[in-house]
Amino acid sequence: MERPAWAPRNIDISVPSVARIYDFYLGGSHNFEADREAARRAMEFAPGLPKTMQANRAFLRRAVRFAADEGITQFLDIGSGIPTFGNVHEVAQKARPGARVVYVDHDPVAVAHSQAVLEGNPDAGVVAADLRKPQEILANAEVQRLIDLNRPVALLLVAILHFVEDADDPYGAVAELRDALAPGSLLVLTHASFEGIPLPPERAEGAVDVYKDIRNPLIMRSRDQIARFFEGYDMVEPGLVSPPRWRPETATWDPDDEDPWAFAGFAGVGRSA
Amino acid sequence: MIAEPDGPEDRLRRFATIWSRAVFPVTSTSATRPEFEEQLLPLARRLSEALAARTVDTDAGRAVGAALVDAHCTDPEALTRSLDCVDAYLVLYCGGDGDREDLRSRSSRLQHAMAAGFAHALRERTLAEQEAIARAALEAQGLVAQALHATEARFRAVFEGAAIGIGIADLDGNVLQVNGALLRMFGITDQTMRGRKVQEWTHAEDAPQTWTLYDELVRGEREHYHLEKAFSRPDGTVLWTNLTVSLLRDADGEPQYQLALMEDTTERRLLNLRLRYEATHDALTGLPNRTLFFERLEKALSAGEGQRFGLCYLDLDGFKTINDSLGHAAGDRLLVEVADRLQSCATAPGEMVARLGGDEFVALTTGPDTESEVDDLAARIMNALLAPVRIDGRELTVRGSIGIVEGPAGERGPAEVLRSADITMYRAKSAGGNRFELADPEADARAITRHGLTTQLPVALERGEFFIEYQPLVHLGDGSVRGAEALVRWLHPQHGVLGPDRFIPLAEHTGLIVPLGRWVLEQSVRQARAWRERYGQDVAGDPLRINVNLSPCQLTHPGLVQDTVDILERAGVAPDALCLEVTESALIGADDDLLKPLRRLAEMGVDIALDDFGTGYSNLANLRRLPVSVLKLDRSFTQSMQQFPADPVDLKIVEGIVSLAHGLNLAVTVEGVETGAQAEQLRILGCDTAQGWYYARPGPPERLHELALVDATG
Repeated sequence: MERPAWAPRNIDISVPSVARIYDFYLGGSHNFEADREAARRAMEFAPGLPKTMQANRAFLRRAVRFAADEGITQFLDIGSGIPTFGNVHEVAQKARPGARVVYVDHDPVAVAHSQAVLEGNPDAGVVAADLRKPQEILANAEVQRLIDLNRPVALLLVAILHFVEDADDPYGAVAELRDALAPGSLLVLTHASFEGIPLPPERAEGAVDVYKDIRNPLIMRSRDQIARFFEGYDMVEPGLVSPPRWRPETATWDPDDEDPWAFAGFAGVGRSA
Repeated sequence: MIAEPDGPEDRLRRFATIWSRAVFPVTSTSATRPEFEEQLLPLARRLSEALAARTVDTDAGRAVGAALVDAHCTDPEALTRSLDCVDAYLVLYCGGDGDREDLRSRSSRLQHAMAAGFAHALRERTLAEQEAIARAALEAQGLVAQALHATEARFRAVFEGAAIGIGIADLDGNVLQVNGALLRMFGITDQTMRGRKVQEWTHAEDAPQTWTLYDELVRGEREHYHLEKAFSRPDGTVLWTNLTVSLLRDADGEPQYQLALMEDTTERRLLNLRLRYEATHDALTGLPNRTLFFERLEKALSAGEGQRFGLCYLDLDGFKTINDSLGHAAGDRLLVEVADRLQSCATAPGEMVARLGGDEFVALTTGPDTESEVDDLAARIMNALLAPVRIDGRELTVRGSIGIVEGPAGERGPAEVLRSADITMYRAKSAGGNRFELADPEADARAITRHGLTTQLPVALERGEFFIEYQPLVHLGDGSVRGAEALVRWLHPQHGVLGPDRFIPLAEHTGLIVPLGRWVLEQSVRQARAWRERYGQDVAGDPLRINVNLSPCQLTHPGLVQDTVDILERAGVAPDALCLEVTESALIGADDDLLKPLRRLAEMGVDIALDDFGTGYSNLANLRRLPVSVLKLDRSFTQSMQQFPADPVDLKIVEGIVSLAHGLNLAVTVEGVETGAQAEQLRILGCDTAQGWYYARPGPPERLHELALVDATG
């Protein structure tokens, strides 16, 4: 694992981590009391958050399967968090044995955990890096080992961009990555938004404030703002939609079967020209 | 497997469907509901089989409970709903036609086992995940610690290996840590260094602001400061450093430590001092040199109100002779001895002696009382030179001339003061040397003008600042204009029109007289030609003549004859139209070599006039061998004739000279004729031609034209 040795960060498990909070929402126990406490506070405002995460997770699985069906064999998952179940490498390698997956996260605990999970998997790797520094990701040895940038890549930015503030230029980072990828690459993206949340915004704001408190502000963006991340990509049908509405797997899929919280936020896949 | 409608398989599937619908909303699975149903189907079958088995298989119940956890039904609500579902529908859909009571009891036991299996699996999973995440956290911490350690090790290496001294102290000044370089600079051990306080390191040479800056920094009012600072080493030597002190703050911005970075500049400083000494001192005598003297003088001259300065500028008399006769080594030894003696004359504070170069020395005194002190200083210097200097067994008498300048500060610049001293020193020297003179502004001004004009002369010729005026020469017999004397003028850009007396001696001195004289001759001859073309010849049938002055310097110039011939030929003017005027004094004691060119010119037909006749040691006998054809009587003879009646003695003298001249076949011209009476008198006395204000002042060549017209009509 590579870390900038001159800028060490303290690991303080009394500080909540968004990766472990996410795990808690998904019913996992890869979390500490501080994480659970923050998650419970957010759920006081938005009790359906676990369902939102679940729908997000379900979209990720469908999108990876779609990418594999499209012939993509390389996956770059930035903001991968704590691997729990239905992980990208499991889905991808089941669909396409030998598919290569690189997980990227800036949370050292998430990275250490991913490493433990991926032990013995030669086709998957973990990198400690930050989406805000795309060049560091692209230049990383593990990325270079596993990913051939001359061939299409599925770039997964699932539930991460809403943690990047405008001041850190998320659009610039996404564009830099796009420019580094071969034509035919896919951008798989989900993003939080007030749109689709079955709550008046002032209530949802309470949940957003929790993230602000834990110094990991959640940036809610509008559909238009989220669509701008796909600049340079052609949207794959059905475009930028609520996660459950993106290519449901059964023909008999009925929106009424879904929890209302599943429809929060947007999900989409784009293909680079 | 295709289920027969309402067959056992179909009923089993319907049970699974009901179960999945009940539990799906509370699961965390990312699977879809139909997928989830597929996951539950084998569990339903397992329960169905257990229900039908001869003895109740509680292991099956436990396995199903555990499988729920594996399917990510980790929420206890999933268990509740599952048990509700089993309780309500298992017997109904999978009980077949068995004894209801027995089936219900079996279902109940299976539910107990499911609960136990679920609880067990959930606990296992939770513990495993907790352990995994804790391990990951630990590992991450380990990596961070490792990185920290690596960073720290690197910092330590930088700290220890740095060539500059680094020290850290707390804000009370207690030294906490220093590196090897700093210890080596100070020449002390780590033990000695620890427990020392920064405030102990005062030094006599500390700049005044040193400790103010320090106090500001430790109070948190200043982030850093930079200065040159000296420290005392235990061995008594001085360590000079380039010191930078920075304030270190903690994460919250509170001042914590002070960090000192120092570079040993002792060697560089010594070198600088030596270079500075060498740059400001004279290598031979060790006295301050011109550079240092000017610095001091400048300081003295810019001193405040009430401050004065006194300067003695000394030049040895006859030093060149000593150098030439005894050699430079002896000369140098003499200078060293003089320097030593001078040094002993100026020992009071505010006094200094410097060597400006060669045998020129200066002594400077400053303060409020230099008016009296500077005379004493000059007297001391003269006195110090009294005793002979013994060199190579010879006793050499040393004398000097001193120019003294004294005055208040703030009025003059160093260059002006030094020039004044220099001029004054030359005055002392011209007065015979071995004395001192006080500067006199008027003498300075004259000298400065002479100096200025001398340096400007060559440029003036290039820029065409000279011009010529012509004064007519009139025939006393008939009053006709016979020619004119060319008189050179300098139109000086600052001083206006200057007469020849102001600059001809300077031109003589610098040799510029040769080109200037040639230019005058050229212009005059050209003018003579212009006149001839315009008026033809005079009444006597001769062309209008031009008189041009020759300076002594031109007389000895080897190109005189050739230049004159060339000029005449180029202008197409006959030699007899030119008269060269030579002063009597220039020809005093002239030998044949000097006279030869004049003879050549005279042979060609050029008239030679003896100018200012009667002012020198008029050697009448000499007249015979000079190639002159005209005598120009000096104005002093004719001045008395301006009145009537004239001084009879003067009349006799002039009459005698005229008769002598005519006896030698020389024409006589008189200068300075200012009145008609004078002119008449001179005519009676037999003078041939005259010039003077009575006829015309010198003027532009056109004026001669007017006179000639008057003459023609008159």
